Amino acid sequence: MKSTLPKERMQVTDPDPSFERESRLDAIRLQALQTGRVDGFGVRPSGSPIPVASVETGYYGIHMLKEPQWSWEIPVYFFVGGAAGAAAVIAQFAQMTGADAELVSDARTVAAIGSILTPALLVSDLGVPSRFLNMLRVFKVQSPMSVGVYIVSAFSPSTTLAKIANHLRGDHSGLVLRVAESTSGLISALFGLGMATYTGVLIGATAIPVWNENIDSLPIHFALSGLGAAASIIQLMGNEDDRALNMIGIASALGETLEGVKLEAAAKPANQPLKKGLSGIITRVGGVLSGPVPLVLRFTAAFASEKRSRQLVRAAAAATLAGSFFTRLGWIRAGHASARDYRQPLQLGAGVQNSKGEHLHS
Amino acid sequence: MSTITGFLTDSTLCIGCKACEVACKEWNELEADGLNWTGFSFDNTGALGHSTWRHVKFVEHAPEVGHGGNSPDLASWTFSSDVCKHCENAGCLEACPTGSIVRTEFGSVYVQPDICNGCSYCVVACPFGVIQRNKEDGRAFKCTFCYDRQKAGLVPACAHACPTESIKFGKLEDLRMEARERIEDLHRRGMEDAVLYDPVDTSVGGIHAFFITRGDPRQYNLPPQPEIPTIYAAQGWKSAAIGAGVMALGTLLAFLGGRK
Repeated sequence: MKSTLPKERMQVTDPDPSFERESRLDAIRLQALQTGRVDGFGVRPSGSPIPVASVETGYYGIHMLKEPQWSWEIPVYFFVGGAAGAAAVIAQFAQMTGADAELVSDARTVAAIGSILTPALLVSDLGVPSRFLNMLRVFKVQSPMSVGVYIVSAFSPSTTLAKIANHLRGDHSGLVLRVAESTSGLISALFGLGMATYTGVLIGATAIPVWNENIDSLPIHFALSGLGAAASIIQLMGNEDDRALNMIGIASALGETLEGVKLEAAAKPANQPLKKGLSGIITRVGGVLSGPVPLVLRFTAAFASEKRSRQLVRAAAAATLAGSFFTRLGWIRAGHASARDYRQPLQLGAGVQNSKGEHLHS
Repeated sequence: MSTITGFLTDSTLCIGCKACEVACKEWNELEADGLNWTGFSFDNTGALGHSTWRHVKFVEHAPEVGHGGNSPDLASWTFSSDVCKHCENAGCLEACPTGSIVRTEFGSVYVQPDICNGCSYCVVACPFGVIQRNKEDGRAFKCTFCYDRQKAGLVPACAHACPTESIKFGKLEDLRMEARERIEDLHRRGMEDAVLYDPVDTSVGGIHAFFITRGDPRQYNLPPQPEIPTIYAAQGWKSAAIGAGVMALGTLLAFLGGRK
């Protein structure tokens, strides 16, 4: 319900406006004399404070949810953790299938650098970094943050150890080092799978509408993004011609293209931050760079000359890396925009349904 | 004997004096928010936050006799003092990875400041947007339900300072009954739009600080279907398992197929 009173007050019905306003002063004076008090609230110019409340505008349009308070470290963490986790998986399978030793070493390097960076980024984002270990005093299976901390804590040392063993093995091919690398490598790959996917659960299991709405696809989306990024970095280290990495690149690009189409096609009101505003631009740029761009480049590379092919693969890899980072950044920014939209948690706005599936507004 | 306590905040009795806000800030030694005008109403606080644990909302309606004002010319006002809901199943408590957020013997949800490491996951886990990290301090803060005062057998500061008994404090079960009686009474007296806000049918499972409002609670930024986000975690892990499976199988196949 919207009040029309202020407008009526502003309407001038008397041919001589100054006369009406002058006579109103006399009326006020008379009433004050007779009753000792005056009714009325004066004129409310349009645009003045105190808008009238209505269900449609919630509480004056002030958003109820709090914006996420993570700093720049978290989108970087999502990107690095995803790529490092997938690199650990690539390293392990490459080794197990007898792939080129150089490739295995490069993959272990990528995973290890990431495994050292991720805890640093995580600790640095904390409000009280010296209290990081407080997260290891309890294990709460219902909290994706708690589960995630344990995944990082297992991934980081095993991945670093696998790289050290791999590096030392180059000089002395001892049985101890071989066993050390394969054991730590297996653990690293196992938790690497967790690293590349858990961040999707982490943001999905929150009250932020755009994240929560997409919890079923976010972990898969992030896994594909991390896998593409990992294959791309390893390729850029001089493994452009590796067929397996190229196949992984194509699969990731294909999956990300489909995810992009799915997100663009979904007309959910909660998904608006993925399409509108700055967060929409970042998400879309990330989607194009992770999906169609590398897909086309990699297919073209398959039919090009050897030298040209290598250039195209390098371009595809660079696009995938940038795309993976922008995808994480876009999703985080979308979470901020989503929290600022007062309508979602109050189930307001066009097309929004209530719990019974009824449309609240046409 | 149950020691579970609760708040009943009755907006039909609130006069918008903000005594609860002031009492809360003084007792808990919370920092001032600064003298900033919101520019949209007489509510210059805006929302609950790390330094605002009670917040009086000013909901203004078109003139309506009997609704906050008795003159046909005067806009009608209703006020409601907002506070942490102390959910039966609390999103912040479930999400907290340090175990800093606990359930007290009074049934309230309490953040232990000596444990919290400021990961701010609770901030996005609260379906009511209550808890917030203090950027300077680094830790997350919200209403403690005056745990210190309750320990000493005292009434929380806001309820103590409230001059109209709009904020009632007592045993949860007694308050629930009192709220139902009050609603019936209000309906009898013609205020048929009076409702009790206590989302018992959602995963939150009811709140320990419930509200009596007039009209749709959404005008007071009270969500119709608050859910604790951790109920979606199982779905998320299922999807993560699929993602991990696709990743492992895809990588294995690529390397098996990539061999010459």
